[in-house]
Amino acid sequence: MTTDISPAAPSPVPPPTAQAQPDREQSTLQEILSGSWLVSLLAIVLALLVGGVLIAVSDAEVIAAAANIAAAPGAFLSTLFSTVGDAYSALFRGAVFDWNARTTERAIRPLTESLVSGTPLILTGLGIALAFRSGLFNIGGQGQVILGATVAGFLGYAMELPAGVHMLLAALGGLIGGAIWAGIAGVLKARTGANEVIVTIMLNSIAGYLLGYLLKQSWFTHTSSANPQSRVIDGSAEMFLLLPPPFRLHVGFIIAVLATIVVWWLLERSTIGFEFKAVGANPHAARTAGISVSKVTILVMVIAGALAGLGGAAQVLGTEGKLTGGISGSIGFDAITVALLGRSRPLGTFLAGVLFGAFKAGGYLMQSQTGTPIDIVLVVQSVIVLLIAAPPLVRSIFRLPAPVLKRKES
Amino acid sequence: MTAHALDAKPSGQAKALTPVSWKFPIVYSLLALVSLVFFGLIGRDGQTTFRIATKGDFFTIPDVVVPATAAGLVLSLILVVMAGAAIWSALRRDAFGSWFPMLFGVLFVLSFLAWAGGGSGGVIPMTTLLAGALALSVPLIFGAMCGLVGERSGIINIAIEGQLLAGAFLAAVVASVVKNPYAGLLAAPIAGALVAVVLTFFAVKYWVNQIIIGVVLNVLVVGLTNFLYSTVLTEHAELWNSRQRLPNLPIPLLSEIPILGRVLFDQNILVYLMYLVVIALQIFVFRSQWGLRMRAVGEHPKAADTVGIKVNLTRVRNTIMAGAIAGLGGAFFTVGSGLAFGKEMSAGQGYIALAAMILGKWNPKGALVAALLFGFSKSLGNTLQSIGTPVANELLLMLPYIVTVLAVAGFVGRVRPPAAAGVPYVK
Repeated sequence: MTTDISPAAPSPVPPPTAQAQPDREQSTLQEILSGSWLVSLLAIVLALLVGGVLIAVSDAEVIAAAANIAAAPGAFLSTLFSTVGDAYSALFRGAVFDWNARTTERAIRPLTESLVSGTPLILTGLGIALAFRSGLFNIGGQGQVILGATVAGFLGYAMELPAGVHMLLAALGGLIGGAIWAGIAGVLKARTGANEVIVTIMLNSIAGYLLGYLLKQSWFTHTSSANPQSRVIDGSAEMFLLLPPPFRLHVGFIIAVLATIVVWWLLERSTIGFEFKAVGANPHAARTAGISVSKVTILVMVIAGALAGLGGAAQVLGTEGKLTGGISGSIGFDAITVALLGRSRPLGTFLAGVLFGAFKAGGYLMQSQTGTPIDIVLVVQSVIVLLIAAPPLVRSIFRLPAPVLKRKES
Repeated sequence: MTAHALDAKPSGQAKALTPVSWKFPIVYSLLALVSLVFFGLIGRDGQTTFRIATKGDFFTIPDVVVPATAAGLVLSLILVVMAGAAIWSALRRDAFGSWFPMLFGVLFVLSFLAWAGGGSGGVIPMTTLLAGALALSVPLIFGAMCGLVGERSGIINIAIEGQLLAGAFLAAVVASVVKNPYAGLLAAPIAGALVAVVLTFFAVKYWVNQIIIGVVLNVLVVGLTNFLYSTVLTEHAELWNSRQRLPNLPIPLLSEIPILGRVLFDQNILVYLMYLVVIALQIFVFRSQWGLRMRAVGEHPKAADTVGIKVNLTRVRNTIMAGAIAGLGGAFFTVGSGLAFGKEMSAGQGYIALAAMILGKWNPKGALVAALLFGFSKSLGNTLQSIGTPVANELLLMLPYIVTVLAVAGFVGRVRPPAAAGVPYVK
């Protein structure tokens, strides 16, 4: 069995300072991104192990049993496994299937909750993945989500329109909001060479303060309440539910599926997508081949922002129902890890988004039932991405053979 | 806008003149105009009190009470004159020293304060304002120094945020357990350095993209500290997370000078350490063998390697040392401010430190000024919020970020990172 079973051909993602890249690094990045699905799987297992260790050492019962390990090793092991096992089984029950639930509906609801949490992650992650493939580091998912949510939410309660049309218009507004926000970074990069990493990080903070400011203005929030939050969006602007309550799965998920297909088509089947990838692989070669690098830079950022903006729109129109200061949560940053885990491919990003959505949904149940803080999920997620970024490390841990790579000799 | 259009004066020889740089005169003129119209002419009624004195000063300066509109008008007129001088000097293709923008900035802020304090009869506590600015800048300055050393050696460090947070965490925990704030001061650099160890491990050994590792490490540290905070630290807060505060060590005489002495020399040891770090880096980066090698490795690693400098070793060592500096900065959040550890208490300061480093053009001195600017605008926001002014706090807080974007986009002078930053060196 070969270890390389990734479906698509490996494609390199150069870092932002692509001008002075030696050839060696290109092949390294190629290696990083072409790592096998097996490595991904092992990385997830390892990360869960790390999480398990953390859960164990922070648990008073386990520590007490460990102090007594010489006298009762069996007791220690059973405490250890029950503590970690309880936490992870709660995580699973919160994310996939709750076998303790009284009704069938309740039992399968966790899976749909995972998809609800995953929806904005998928959309935003796709934007970041698209930028990665074009050699751009879009750290600004957070700001783009905030802008998307802000515009979509505002249109969602400030206009009166028939159902459906209203929702579409609000979502479109979110898309445009995100696109403009990312477009700023794209235009600055293309025109002045401003590093998009720094610009997008700054735009994240600016977006946060902008939303904070708007939420204090009554013309914006449409409420007289002193709380920094907006009026609840109109029913006509809500993303309608796909299943009857208690399920919360809304049409935003369908949008995420469609967006995945569109991004796949864009990258794999369209001319412009080819240009995106060409610029990502080697901007100098792309320029020589007649591709306008600045056009690609601006376009990629605009599309990436549009996707993130849709993610924000889905969050406010589908899940939250009103604008608050924390509307974006940590979606923008989680989406970066989603895109990295998905190896910047549309399908991979989709699956990674669902996985991280599952972690999020399961994390809440784990926190409420076993008292294990949901923050463990962050640890597991970041360890996964760290390990996936360095396949040789995972291979050496599991003593896997190195894959045959066409490395340049020099 | 071109040179010949303005070069009407007959000159002896046909010498090509550099184009007149209109960027700064235009900025000065706009700001002077804003000040004149809003703070001077429209203005607000009432009086503004600038409170300068604090208890125990060497000598006491009474509160300065000025009518808001008149003060705004006078200051604005000075600004207008300065803007005129800037235009005149631009036409002569001459430039003032760095004192000019600084003086202009100070006068503009005073004019703004006079306006903001009016109306409600507000008291502007100058010492509190400046002390707050310094306090808010301390982690930024440490962070910016960390980023600077890393990038000068060729390693992009986005993980400053994580290093600050890790430093804050370990400082709080160790200080609490040992019941001595100075123990926390020793522990914090270790935490920052540990994050740097992971960063360099992945960056140098596995050539993973440094921006990716930085971003992920930030998430990892947030996750770890949040998790430990929610479990261990909150269960036995007495033991693990009790408040410890580094005492203030006022320097005799110096600390009794009103305003500046109070602000600069009545601080805890961490702030004095910060002065030392900045001064040491300013000297050593540019005037020592260590600094020369660091810059060589960051600009042209191959050339450095050719003359026998161990590129990767230099990078690893410097980045880890830089991590220790950032960890120290993190300690300011907890033991430095006398606070217990709180979730995500670094609150994005690491990213701002990164911005300060870039604004300061990878120079310790520049990064210091940029970080102080960030700190000042935040402190100004806090002060204005407490006295209640018509300007929204959020808009004020947004300013430094907008300035950074403009700076990166080249509106405030070109910025150029070290050539090899972010590029792994492979022999």
